[in-house]
Amino acid sequence: MAIVKTDRHPDLPPPVSESGVIGWVRNNLFSSPLNIILTLVSIYVAWTAISGFVSYTIINANFAGETRDDCTGSGACWVFIKARFGQIMYGFYPAEERWRVDVGYVLGAIGLFGILSDWVKNKKWPAIYMFAIYPVICFFLFSGGYFGLPVVETSEWGGLFLTLVLASVSIFVALPLGIVLALGRRSEMPIVRMLCVGFIELIRGVPLITVLFMASVMLPLFLPEGVNFDKLVRALVGMSLFSAAYMAEVVRGGLQAIPKGQMEAAKSLGLGFWQAMGLIVLPQALKISIPSIVNTFIGLFKDTTLVLIIGLLDLLSIVKAGTTDKEWLGMATEGYIFVAMVFWVFCFGMSRYSIWLENKLHTGHKR
Amino acid sequence: MTTDVQGLGAGDSKLRDPRVRAIIYQILVIVLFVAFVAYVGSNTAENLEKRGIASGLGFLQQPSGFGIGIVLIMDYSSQTSTHFDVLLIGIINTLAVSISGIFLATIIGFIFGVLRLSKNWVVNKISAVYIEVVRNIPLLVQLLFWYFAVLGVLPLVKESLQIGDNFYVNNRGINFPSIIPSEGFWVIPVALILAIVIGVFISKWAKKRQDLTGQTFPVFWTTVGLIIVLPTIAALIMGLPYTIDYPNFGRFGIKGGWVLEPEFLALWIGLSVYTGAFIAEIVRSGINSVSHGQTEAANSLGIRAGLAMRLVVLPQALRVIVPPLTSQYLNLVKNSSLATAIGYADITAIFAGTSLNQTGQAIEVIGITMLFYLSISLIISMFMNWYNKRIALVER
Repeated sequence: MAIVKTDRHPDLPPPVSESGVIGWVRNNLFSSPLNIILTLVSIYVAWTAISGFVSYTIINANFAGETRDDCTGSGACWVFIKARFGQIMYGFYPAEERWRVDVGYVLGAIGLFGILSDWVKNKKWPAIYMFAIYPVICFFLFSGGYFGLPVVETSEWGGLFLTLVLASVSIFVALPLGIVLALGRRSEMPIVRMLCVGFIELIRGVPLITVLFMASVMLPLFLPEGVNFDKLVRALVGMSLFSAAYMAEVVRGGLQAIPKGQMEAAKSLGLGFWQAMGLIVLPQALKISIPSIVNTFIGLFKDTTLVLIIGLLDLLSIVKAGTTDKEWLGMATEGYIFVAMVFWVFCFGMSRYSIWLENKLHTGHKR
Repeated sequence: MTTDVQGLGAGDSKLRDPRVRAIIYQILVIVLFVAFVAYVGSNTAENLEKRGIASGLGFLQQPSGFGIGIVLIMDYSSQTSTHFDVLLIGIINTLAVSISGIFLATIIGFIFGVLRLSKNWVVNKISAVYIEVVRNIPLLVQLLFWYFAVLGVLPLVKESLQIGDNFYVNNRGINFPSIIPSEGFWVIPVALILAIVIGVFISKWAKKRQDLTGQTFPVFWTTVGLIIVLPTIAALIMGLPYTIDYPNFGRFGIKGGWVLEPEFLALWIGLSVYTGAFIAEIVRSGINSVSHGQTEAANSLGIRAGLAMRLVVLPQALRVIVPPLTSQYLNLVKNSSLATAIGYADITAIFAGTSLNQTGQAIEVIGITMLFYLSISLIISMFMNWYNKRIALVER
């Protein structure tokens, strides 16, 4: 009689040393002498940095109080930020008019939600609202002068509000301008192409500061006598032209990724150039370049801080101005940490969104 | 019966021919462009005349009349020096901070890029946190942070921190001993260059020998040895042709030695830390792009991990790394213009800033500044393209 086992022996669990917490720690932290040293050194470094940061910003920090004298702890003095919070958020926008900015934020948030979220399937209406209606509402709402709203000069705009205005207006102008430049750069007409290449490479080869300098110093020289833009508009022109050049390269990348056959197919159907571009090629090209567009936008958002150099009071400049106030001398660290955290939250959020979007859009090509 | 293909019909207007239309469009573009330039030009000429601003480059010969914080290599005095000297100092200072920044950022970037790939969880996360924090905060905020919050709170000169005997750290910078060359000093740098040249030749010879015989040669240590030994011998032969100037306390602060100013330090550290985070991501993606089979193949041949990294993975990764690395170098040079915000005397701060304010010649000054940055961009891309071509994959 043969002894044959007919049923399968149950799988043994993996050895304890290779699984669970112990296995993970052994494999990831203490697999070799070098690894042990690395782990210990980096735990020490991380511990010093984190405990130092936490004790400075939270444990030893002062949150309550009104003036500088209330700062008794050895850590950060957040009283400074608290005392100037209104200014940091709205600049010198009159306190009784700040609700207009808040209304603008709410309207913008609704539109953004419509465009960005997965829940709204039809993007047509949110897009029309965001790109055609919302800017007009904002213009009247923020600057006033109509519908009984008092005028608020742009010189009174500031803080995070100004930063957001700078970033959104520049992207709003830069995107269509960038698409036109990208199409021009790929055009078969040599003169159009040369002009576009010249513009893009000239702007991309110089720092944003010099473009801003040019906009603030030279723009008034270029215009006829009597015509004068205010400082904000000049900065906006500079930033928009600058980001348009970068946007053009991003869109060009997207256009290059679309196979030639798509254009040929469109033409063989009898579509003209603009029809083919607008209906077939551009939607695909823009779709694949959305992540890069978001990245360009993150760069642009960070670059808005440079208006400090031409004297506009954006988030960074207004905090910097606060640190040189006699009553609050020595608050540089708190101020810059606060600004850094605000920017970090915005930019990190956008970069996560871009990664999520990339993964979502990628599924179409995955097998 | 034949049907006419659309656009070629005898009765159709010439306007339907794409070639004709292209020509018309281009003429239109030229006319608009010329009109725009003429309009701007005439406005500018009028405005300049009204404000009494001279044009031309004559202003470069005028005395500048302002002081500059940091002057390297050149002599500068606010009485006798001209705006042309200001331009040169600006260029030198920009290049100084850019070159040292590129050097440090590359080191930081490669270290963190490799650490980011480490299997060690703690190391990996530390590097990830560094990258995510630094990349998402505006450079200007970081520069101001370094300048005002870190370097600004260092002790006064009188209460300088002392490291060892001859290093002093205070809010005016870092003081350390300087070397003052005396007669015959030139032999030492020449010996150093000679050592490097010999090193290059040795590495070429060693590569050839390895190809022919399979024997390896310790090129790196030989070169390091040469770089240390040759200048030392040269110095001894010439009888130590230099004196060392130690910083020490005088009546008005620290005298002697060299000093790294806080403006330079803040800009240098800020630029390098910021660009380093971007380079780290580039290095990581570059190494990730090399297929894992390459590492496994190297392992199966019995090549040690370090050697496999150096001989198999990195050379392939470099092909992916170099083009975006070039853009980062260009960004670093352009970002050095943020010096304006913390008072380091780069070309944008002193030439496009102070000189422009004094002479009012916006067009010339901004033009020259942009030209400078454009030429730098061109030179760096040319060099990196050449390097890229050299290491590019040569396929059959």
